[in-house]
Amino acid sequence: MIFNPTAECMPTEERKALQLKKLQETVSRAYKNCAFYKDKLDRAGIKPDDIRSLEDIARIPFTTKDELRETYPYGLLSVPLSEIKEIHTSSGTTGIPVVGAYTEHDLKMWGESAARCLAMTGATRDDVIQNGYGYGLFTGGLGIHHGGRTLGATVIPISAGNTPRHLQMIKDFGTTTLTCTPSYALYLAEAAQEAGLDLKETKLCRGLFGAEPWSENMRLQIEKRLNIKAYDIYGLTEIVGPGVACECTEQHGLHVQEDFFYPEIIDPETGEVLPEGEKGELVFTTIDKTGAPLLRYRTKDITYLFREPCACGRTTVRIHRLMGRNDDMLIIRGVNVFPSQIEEILAATKGLQPHYQIIVDRTGNHLDSIELRVEVDESIFSDETKKMEAIRQNLAEIIKSRLGINTKITLMEPKSIERSIGKAQRVIDRRKI
Amino acid sequence: MALKQISVFLENKSGRLADVTKALGDAGINLLGMTIADTADFGILRIIVTDTEKTMKVLTDNHFTAKMTDVLAIEVDDRPNGLSHVMDIFCKNKINIEYLYFTVDRRNGKHLVILKTENTNQALSVINSNGLSTLSSLE
Repeated sequence: MIFNPTAECMPTEERKALQLKKLQETVSRAYKNCAFYKDKLDRAGIKPDDIRSLEDIARIPFTTKDELRETYPYGLLSVPLSEIKEIHTSSGTTGIPVVGAYTEHDLKMWGESAARCLAMTGATRDDVIQNGYGYGLFTGGLGIHHGGRTLGATVIPISAGNTPRHLQMIKDFGTTTLTCTPSYALYLAEAAQEAGLDLKETKLCRGLFGAEPWSENMRLQIEKRLNIKAYDIYGLTEIVGPGVACECTEQHGLHVQEDFFYPEIIDPETGEVLPEGEKGELVFTTIDKTGAPLLRYRTKDITYLFREPCACGRTTVRIHRLMGRNDDMLIIRGVNVFPSQIEEILAATKGLQPHYQIIVDRTGNHLDSIELRVEVDESIFSDETKKMEAIRQNLAEIIKSRLGINTKITLMEPKSIERSIGKAQRVIDRRKI
Repeated sequence: MALKQISVFLENKSGRLADVTKALGDAGINLLGMTIADTADFGILRIIVTDTEKTMKVLTDNHFTAKMTDVLAIEVDDRPNGLSHVMDIFCKNKINIEYLYFTVDRRNGKHLVILKTENTNQALSVINSNGLSTLSSLE
């Protein structure tokens, strides 16, 4: 089922005209109502009237994640605060989280985006969606929730964790559609097997998975073990959560909701716009968001765009499954982690050396695990094991509270972590994604 | 008087104990007592040596994390209840022991219990007032 055939199957030229109109409206609203954008455009010597074609978007300067932090909390609002109805933030792991502020209009748009995505995978109002994304500030939970409601489906807001209850509800409530991170899906499959629950006997038939990198190989595993079709869904706190793009039942690239989010691929070095089909950094302009629009936001995600006709009938441009990142951000169980954040915590912890190594793995239970190796120096070394264990525990607790991830801390001898001239290898990612 | 003990942080990987003992041996340092506390990931080697200052220098020069700590070396009788007599004194005076191990005083063959308490000075005065002998050096 196509949720909004008019929008999703629109002839390309017609859509371009619509995108231009929405882009012009967005830029002039941002220029008029948001000092940050006015200043940015003024410095670039651009007035909203200068945007006469879609190609003119290349004249607008990029917006970066750093700028989002600098404008925290309300610096990107283009409407009065009273118009903002819901606020989400990123995990806020660097201390300053990235904010997503939504007006009533934006929430409706987000709901429709996510509803379109759910429909792309075959879900209808007759489906029972078990939403295993975390509810709260994280956009995953409420994004799918809004989408499921807009679609008219039944949503079970079970949130992340509590695996036995997940299995129980799949069985008892006739869940057809599972939404969670791909690694949690695999974990559930294993738990089902251990609990003696044959998923083939349940109504589960599809899953929308995102918020962390995964591969074709992982898709095959999920499909086989859970006996479902597995679809990749894309979103990011800065734009809207899940709903920006999603695979249709063809499972060949993710359709972008182009009438809401205008995508570009750029050369990450030069900033130059690349033609469709060429690999580079994904950039989005929100052309239907009123609360805190983003102009040419650099996602740091690497992919390419393609527009060949899709058998599903949608005419929207597709992005290839994400092919990596243009920075050192790690995504651990759906949580964004930058090595620099770990570095800051170590620097603030007495006696710990700034030499560290992060080892990321996806182990037996299919969930990401992170190990932090730190060097111990004389100032914290103790002849008593309980004091050394306390150092580990304390550090693990700080990381848990700041970054929201469980870390295994391994204490290392001084100089045992390799020093390298130039760029040290701080992260070893052993995940076979 | 307290006795100086040196602790060395060791990662749990093969060859580290060989490395540290070789470094000390090559520098002419004799080990008079030792024990290892181990956890899943690391160990703490605790040693009593002939020359503490030199030992610290050798360890630091070889990039080991090492630390000097005050411990108590108490002579115990080599007979049943030799240790329990000492423990009884600690217990009555409510002194907690963090760890202990044994060695022998090579000069006279006497048995020694090396132990670490929460408060070394307090333990020392209790020990002395109960007529036990403590050693500040095994050389």
